Amino acid sequence: MLGFLARRLVYLVPVLLAVSLLTFLIASLLPGDLAYVILGDQATPEKVAALRHDMGLDQPIWWRYLGWLGHLLEGDLGRSFRTGQTVLQAVTERLPVSIELMLLAETIGLLIGVPLAIMCAARAGGAFDRFVTGTAFGMLSVPTFLSAILLIYLFAVQLHLLPATGYVPLAEDPFGNLRFFVLPALTLGLAEWPTIMRVLRSDMIATLQEDYIALARAKGLKPSRILFVHALKPSSLTLVTVTGINIGRLIGGAVIVEQVFALPGIGRLIVGAIYTRDLVILQGAVLLVAAGFVAVNFIVDMLYAVLDPRIRHGHA
Amino acid sequence: MATLELRIREDVTVRSRRLGLLFWLAIGWIILIFAVAILADVLPFPSPTDMDMLEKRAPFSTEHWLGTDGLGRDELARLVFGARSSLLVGLCAPVIGVVIGGALGMLAGYFRGRFEALLVGSADVLLAFPPLILALAITAYLGQSILNLTLILGVLGVPAFMRVARAATLALSRREFVIAAQALGATHARILLRELLPNVVLPLTAFFLVGVAITVVAEGALSFLGLGVPPPTPSWGSMIGEGRESLDIAPRLAFLPAITMFLSVLSFNLVGDTLRALTDPRQGAL
Amino acid sequence: MTAPVLLSVEDVAVDLPTPRGNLRAVDHVDLEVAAGRTLGIVGESGCGKTMLSRAILQLLPKRAKLAGRVLFDGQDLLRLGSSALRKLRARSLAVVFQDPMTSLNPVLTIGTQLIETLMEHLVIDLAAARARSIALLAEVGIPAPEQRLMQYPHELSGGMRQRVAIAIALSCEPKLLIADEPTTALDVTIQAQILDLLAREQRRRHMAMILITHDLGIVAGRTDEVAVMYAGRVVERAPTQALFKSMRMPYTQALLAAIPKLDAPPHAPLPAISGRPPDPTRPLEGCSFSPRCRYAAARCQREKPVLREAEEAEHHYACFNPLKITAGLSA
Repeated sequence: MLGFLARRLVYLVPVLLAVSLLTFLIASLLPGDLAYVILGDQATPEKVAALRHDMGLDQPIWWRYLGWLGHLLEGDLGRSFRTGQTVLQAVTERLPVSIELMLLAETIGLLIGVPLAIMCAARAGGAFDRFVTGTAFGMLSVPTFLSAILLIYLFAVQLHLLPATGYVPLAEDPFGNLRFFVLPALTLGLAEWPTIMRVLRSDMIATLQEDYIALARAKGLKPSRILFVHALKPSSLTLVTVTGINIGRLIGGAVIVEQVFALPGIGRLIVGAIYTRDLVILQGAVLLVAAGFVAVNFIVDMLYAVLDPRIRHGHA
Repeated sequence: MATLELRIREDVTVRSRRLGLLFWLAIGWIILIFAVAILADVLPFPSPTDMDMLEKRAPFSTEHWLGTDGLGRDELARLVFGARSSLLVGLCAPVIGVVIGGALGMLAGYFRGRFEALLVGSADVLLAFPPLILALAITAYLGQSILNLTLILGVLGVPAFMRVARAATLALSRREFVIAAQALGATHARILLRELLPNVVLPLTAFFLVGVAITVVAEGALSFLGLGVPPPTPSWGSMIGEGRESLDIAPRLAFLPAITMFLSVLSFNLVGDTLRALTDPRQGAL
Repeated sequence: MTAPVLLSVEDVAVDLPTPRGNLRAVDHVDLEVAAGRTLGIVGESGCGKTMLSRAILQLLPKRAKLAGRVLFDGQDLLRLGSSALRKLRARSLAVVFQDPMTSLNPVLTIGTQLIETLMEHLVIDLAAARARSIALLAEVGIPAPEQRLMQYPHELSGGMRQRVAIAIALSCEPKLLIADEPTTALDVTIQAQILDLLAREQRRRHMAMILITHDLGIVAGRTDEVAVMYAGRVVERAPTQALFKSMRMPYTQALLAAIPKLDAPPHAPLPAISGRPPDPTRPLEGCSFSPRCRYAAARCQREKPVLREAEEAEHHYACFNPLKITAGLSA
């Protein structure tokens, strides 16, 4: 088990390094000389050259990368030239919003997907199963921005039940905060549930064919117990994996939803940084998101090993 | 014949594997939008960029079959030319993905070793980045145009195609016909091209169609944010984004392109998934 | 038979629709098991013995069609509602499957799988169920039973796992235990232990038992009656001793001859039965065994023989050309 962990950790390091390199390169490629952008009207060739020298922009790119990496390892991700905030400050400000959105979205996805999956697996092939599976397939073809528009139209424009955009921090006004989150979380949740449902359903159908289910029936156990204890538990491992990966993806990936509903999350931070050529923020935030995704994947792998007693004891 | 004795597995095929009505409807829709997109110049549509400020958001009429948008432009024409943009990007970008990704995947699956580890690691690194953000950043670097969009989305699709090609190659490399060819002294190139490629093409094609669906959505998302196909060239995504302003007075401006996009994406997904089920029955249900 | 009949299988047929046509897995079988007695069902792979056991247990796959009657303790199992059937399970009717690695749930502890059975069917609390589980594990010969409760199936050896499965089956004192090839998946050295365990428990609890196997040698000395199945039908049925002493079916004889014997001369060729069982989606008109039978005559290919009684009472066979010899193993 420890060998398993160690091997995976070793693989992690080069991946994270490569992620940091790629992030740096992309940020450095953005055009618009940074020095010009900062100086604005006051730019003269001498001032630009001086500023560039100060900021170290005249150094070769690999030197700058190593410098940045060095700062990184000390925990210094840099400070924005625009806002004066450090990257860490900016990210920690926005992180709670993204996390709240991600958790709510995934919860909605699970609340819809898991019961449907169980019901479909219990009567696989039946009319209900066919209907739900077909709907799930159709739902996968609906882009996020489409469901966002639809939900806004229904709930905000027509029914005037919920606000279309806006945000209030949770600590300030929990009820108001949740009101602002309903539509965005629902939009994402509607995109999440089909995958969750399909994965769990497929797994459960396979599990229900196993001999131990036949024995459970032969023992005269209640059908609900067979479904929820004997069948759900072995099938839940893939579900945990998928959910974990989704969560990792959602933190930085909810860009569209954050834009449409004007939620001040990390996605919005990065998009803003692209517009304003705020390279420092861009580099730092993208790195954190990508590294976070890699880390979450790693944790999910470990979790999988922990949950499956067979892997835990070395008998895959 | 000893198959009887043990479990007779319950075979649950939820969606009929035969080419049902939905499949043909999807094919029909795809042909329709392609035909219309290709023939757009020849067909008697008004120009999609002609603005008529007196006829803003006009309802359906004989002059403008589907009405006009917020700037008085003919909606139907914009849908048709929008199809052109979206389909152009939607089709060409996965081509880049399948050619490069497919080749890399096959090489990785065939040669194995450190080369494979390097490719797989690189793919993992690329996949760690939120794709939309990557596309946005690079678009900001290269500038907005249909060509750049195609290139970016194409490259972003390479890892996914690489995975499919590699998985198929790995499965096939161990089969006898490959070992036999090697024993006969066939060169690597010959094995790759003559033995492996014809078999890898099938799953790649199925995935290609799904890739088209994904690319249309991606381009739609970027255009929706105003960062995809540059105006005034219409694209379904940008039409939806513009239609968002008028949701309260003229929801059709957002919903017409939305429905068109949905039907197109659904059709590609359907055809791609059916193909995938036919070429690899085990994968079909997921 | 002086003991009352517990299980009566009457004219049971099981049909399975397959892409290649209808598959008749069980073809009009009649059987009886009396309370406290053991019936052995012997046949090669594909003869329908497992399907028959599933039919008795009412655990057939959804698409299977079942005809006939299965009378257990006077009740027709086919007509029983699902909750009544569920109550019958474990308390009256229990089963041990072939492979304990797949028949025990890999993500639940042994304790859970034992205790849940007890708590479902008996009026008992958790502590008592736990105590009883430990006692059961000890009864089936598992050392350190308390530790086992927390363990998972993969932590035990094959023989241990099967003992656990037996403990589960016996937990609610069933009247009938069906053991479907209980030792096929186990090492040869463990097989005798498990079979002895089953025989011992059966005697102690005065339980009826059906022992299903492909190995004729297993049923010798462990069963009261033997039924030989071939291609979905019972082709010979007799009290065990009688079967071995005076078998009638050429197939039974061939089965017996195929068992390696300790006292045979070295390098003696093992007489295998040539050919293969018929394709069950294409049943033969005549006797199913005739293509492989040494004694087959023209009539055997035209007509299907039915079970009829021999001169000795309770010995039934289905053959137009029965053996007249009385050689064989003394049981």
